[in-house]
Amino acid sequence: MSRIDVMKTYKLYINGAFPRGESGRVYEVKDSKGKFLGNPCQASRKDLREAVVSARAAQAGWVYSTAYLRGQILYRVAEMMESRKSEFIDVIVASEGKSVSAATNEVSAAIDMWVWYAGWSDKISTIAGSTNQVSGPFYNFTIPEAIGVVAIFASEKSPLLSLVSAVGGVLASGNTCIVIAAEKSPLAAIVLAEVVATSDVPNGVVNILTGKSSELVPWVGSHMDIDAVDVSGLSKKQESEVRIAGADNLKRIHRFTEMQSAQRVLAFVENKTVWHPIGV
Amino acid sequence: MTKFEYSPAPESTSIVDIKSEYGLFINGKFEPAKGNKSFETINPATGKPLARIAYATNADVDKAVNSATEAYKKIWSKMPASERGKYLYRIARILQERAREFAVLETMDNGKPIRETRDVDIPLAAGHFFYHAGWADKLDFAGLGNSPKPHGVVGQIIPWNFPLLMLSWKVAPALATGNTVVLKPAETTSLTALLFAEVCQQAGLPAGVVNIVTGDGSTGAYLVNHPGIQKIAFTGSTEVGKGIARAIAGSGKALTLELGGKGANIIYEDAAMDEAVEGIISGIFFNQGHVCCAGSRLLVQESVLDEVTTKLKSRMELIRIGDPLDKNTDLGAINSKAQLEKIHELANSGDQEGAQRWSPQCELPTDGFWFKPTIFSGVAQSHRIAQEEIFGPVLSILTFRTPQEAVEKANNTPYGLSAGIWSDKGSKILWTAQRLKAGVVWTNSFNKFDPASPFGGYKESGWGREGGRHGLSAYVKVVK
Amino acid sequence: MQTKSPELVHDETSLKQFLLKLSPVDQVGVDSRAAMLGTRSIKNSSKNLAIDLAIRMVDLTTLEGADTPGKVRALCNKAVRPDPSDSTVPHVGAVCVYNDMVSIARAHLDSIGGKDVPVAAVSTAFPSGRASQAVKIQDTQDALDAGAGEIDMVIDRGAFLAGKYGQIYDEIVLIKSLCGEKAHLKVIFETGELVTYDNVRKASYIAMLAGADFIKTSTGKVVPAATPSVVLVMLEAVRDFYAMTGRRIGVKPAGGIRTTKDAIKQLVLVKETAGEDWLNPSLFRIGASALLNDLIMQRMKMRDGRYSSMNNVTLD
Repeated sequence: MSRIDVMKTYKLYINGAFPRGESGRVYEVKDSKGKFLGNPCQASRKDLREAVVSARAAQAGWVYSTAYLRGQILYRVAEMMESRKSEFIDVIVASEGKSVSAATNEVSAAIDMWVWYAGWSDKISTIAGSTNQVSGPFYNFTIPEAIGVVAIFASEKSPLLSLVSAVGGVLASGNTCIVIAAEKSPLAAIVLAEVVATSDVPNGVVNILTGKSSELVPWVGSHMDIDAVDVSGLSKKQESEVRIAGADNLKRIHRFTEMQSAQRVLAFVENKTVWHPIGV
Repeated sequence: MTKFEYSPAPESTSIVDIKSEYGLFINGKFEPAKGNKSFETINPATGKPLARIAYATNADVDKAVNSATEAYKKIWSKMPASERGKYLYRIARILQERAREFAVLETMDNGKPIRETRDVDIPLAAGHFFYHAGWADKLDFAGLGNSPKPHGVVGQIIPWNFPLLMLSWKVAPALATGNTVVLKPAETTSLTALLFAEVCQQAGLPAGVVNIVTGDGSTGAYLVNHPGIQKIAFTGSTEVGKGIARAIAGSGKALTLELGGKGANIIYEDAAMDEAVEGIISGIFFNQGHVCCAGSRLLVQESVLDEVTTKLKSRMELIRIGDPLDKNTDLGAINSKAQLEKIHELANSGDQEGAQRWSPQCELPTDGFWFKPTIFSGVAQSHRIAQEEIFGPVLSILTFRTPQEAVEKANNTPYGLSAGIWSDKGSKILWTAQRLKAGVVWTNSFNKFDPASPFGGYKESGWGREGGRHGLSAYVKVVK
Repeated sequence: MQTKSPELVHDETSLKQFLLKLSPVDQVGVDSRAAMLGTRSIKNSSKNLAIDLAIRMVDLTTLEGADTPGKVRALCNKAVRPDPSDSTVPHVGAVCVYNDMVSIARAHLDSIGGKDVPVAAVSTAFPSGRASQAVKIQDTQDALDAGAGEIDMVIDRGAFLAGKYGQIYDEIVLIKSLCGEKAHLKVIFETGELVTYDNVRKASYIAMLAGADFIKTSTGKVVPAATPSVVLVMLEAVRDFYAMTGRRIGVKPAGGIRTTKDAIKQLVLVKETAGEDWLNPSLFRIGASALLNDLIMQRMKMRDGRYSSMNNVTLD
């Protein structure tokens, strides 16, 4: 007789902890063959609110830590991902119906992509900053800085890979994030949350919510303390909703098509230009 | 003993030839608006009319967009980048040649002092064209990917506070990156844009590359929503900017915004005091305070509040307010009756909410729109005059105790355009600059601009940057 | 250490503390303010007034190794009657010579109706300031005995740059005590050697606290001399010192002011910094030689409506 597995309860990841959704709701996720996989939480607007509060609180510490430290922490996430490789593969095979070799390729690519993003943290201002030759006795430089708190609607396509590319870019530049996982295939996101929780990433830097993106779209769009949104996981119509509501605090809104792209790092920065006189 | 008073030193207006009426500039030619509607533009220092400006109808805007589209497809997108650059160089040089004419015209239409149009606005405008001319064939080096592609036709809407300069901030990078332009100047200040059209003709710029449609807010709205436009660049109020963002959501149009601000000018106790006071003056009274990045909140360290206030008041007694065409005038006219009323309304709220108002003794001219340079002491973050953009020569004075508090108060606003920091301690300046959520931080300086220096806001002060390498990205399609 | 301002400073330690508490000066900011004030356009009646004021403020100067009695007498003539063709031209503020020429200058001025024109003598081993204290005292005393009504002393810049502010202060107090009420004391900083505006501000306060009647930029032997920026810093110092103590101290830029335009820029600086009260020869002087003729030529142009020529002004 085969052994009875201990089934996993899939919870949200907010502020370094794994709470259940405050509304108590869950939704059923089945695998590609229709077999029950789990009841991830259905995050409510209040869960979103808590996640934003943690992301905001964590942002100052995250951005003012050195880029080197951020890079090391991000690299550690890759170390943890590597050691959890088989769990990621299992989750992808189960929920997306991919073959083991295809899933393995995807997980390897995801880890390698995360490593790529980790290496960006201390190079952003070298690559995207500048000193500007103004006509006067002034030292003038432009330095890219993290925007702050970014909400990410993860894509259903290759959920792990697209999640990694979305989060990696956002974190490398010193932002913190709230990820709304792909509604149909959220489990890889939750495994990632567990990886992040064991990787020295400070509480609140990454928050992961599972649930119905359509329910959360208006709350993300209208939240005045979210600075930017990655809408790659939304339909065009939902994107417009976010744009219209987001105009109230002029959220910076981006949609990405490339997975591994400098733009994912550079889109979530603000450029600050500083003037300083040169004299005795 | 006879006082050393300055005799009037007016700049002659004979250098400008203001027509009685102006048409639209479409496809390289001036032509009347369809329907022949027009509106008056006045000199706000005298209240007297200067000319009649054409009111572009939707059909005119359609024609302008079409001509920009044709020019893009047939000429501009096919022209080698270096050749494009040479047109911009020509424009820059002609602006320099006709600098005095532009300065006088700008002063008459806007109300700002001739010293400022002569020494700041016009030279910077020419500088923007010169700077961007050099970028035209070097875009591969700009960090925008290989051979970045322009959007096509861009719609640009500019404000009345720096008319020609704002035109140059928009048109120069748009053309340098290969776009064609339909530009709508502000309705109270169209004259230098129309004179600029003449410069385009003199430079031989191919017809349709730049089109100028004069009109009001609805002209701008029609342009924004026009399906033939691929990108919008807007400078103006935050409210209108948000409206544009909503209006084009889902249209696929690119948008950059340069909106309002409530800049904090932070004076630490170890600042070079006399220079800091000069910086306060320049921060809020330059251009009559009609500056999005004005240092309209003075955050002074409480330990030096009295010293700074005393020096500030003495210095304000020296401000010369009057005829903008007089070379010795420091503070000119408010641009319009509407703006003057807004300034009064907010200043009155300062009185009502318990702040202490002070202005130096000065005589205001009887005609035109004028407001004395004004400071409010005892202001707190909760006052309207600490939160809302006044866009006039009114300074709100607040205090702080520690650098942390200075940063918190400075950042405690939905705006994020500019800030100033005054201190003799370098490490403190950099620490503060690092923490300010502002797109432009002037340290031991204020209101400095340069074509090479990217300008723009955090948060609700806008999207994107203008100027420098970073400003180019607004005008090309970036693959994400 | 005797002191003119016992309420502010009474020994070297309190002097150093006072100087440390002075606000720093930002060079770029000062330069920018001075440049902006240089754009003031002074025309018509204000220009006429400015020219005559500037003439009255000129300390007409000859400080050459080759000075002779003849040269000095000619200078005195010019000082009293700058334009022989126009008696409305006022006389200058003073004549400035080396101490061994003082008696010649004084006697000659008195004989040509120039009793009102003081003789200023440079002193304390001008221009270098490198000599023993005994020599500096003798230098000053000789000038006073010969009839100098004004002493333009130099500070010891070496001592300043070595941080010996107390020594500078003491020397000024000493020289002022020789001058007494008979002669006013100008203290020359040689700003070109002090280099930074912070140093100029410090030197200004040391001199004012020690009893200087005037602070002066330069000897005229070193470039840069009286730049608008440096004069601005000094005018701010006298303005603030007046607010602190109620005493008005004069300012004298010297060196590099050659044209009427330059001189008018100086007057604008005074008006918009220290204020109208300083716009008279008892509180503002301009050390110059070639300037006087340019002022006269500009005066002629204002009077006659056409440009004049060096043929119409006298060399001396």
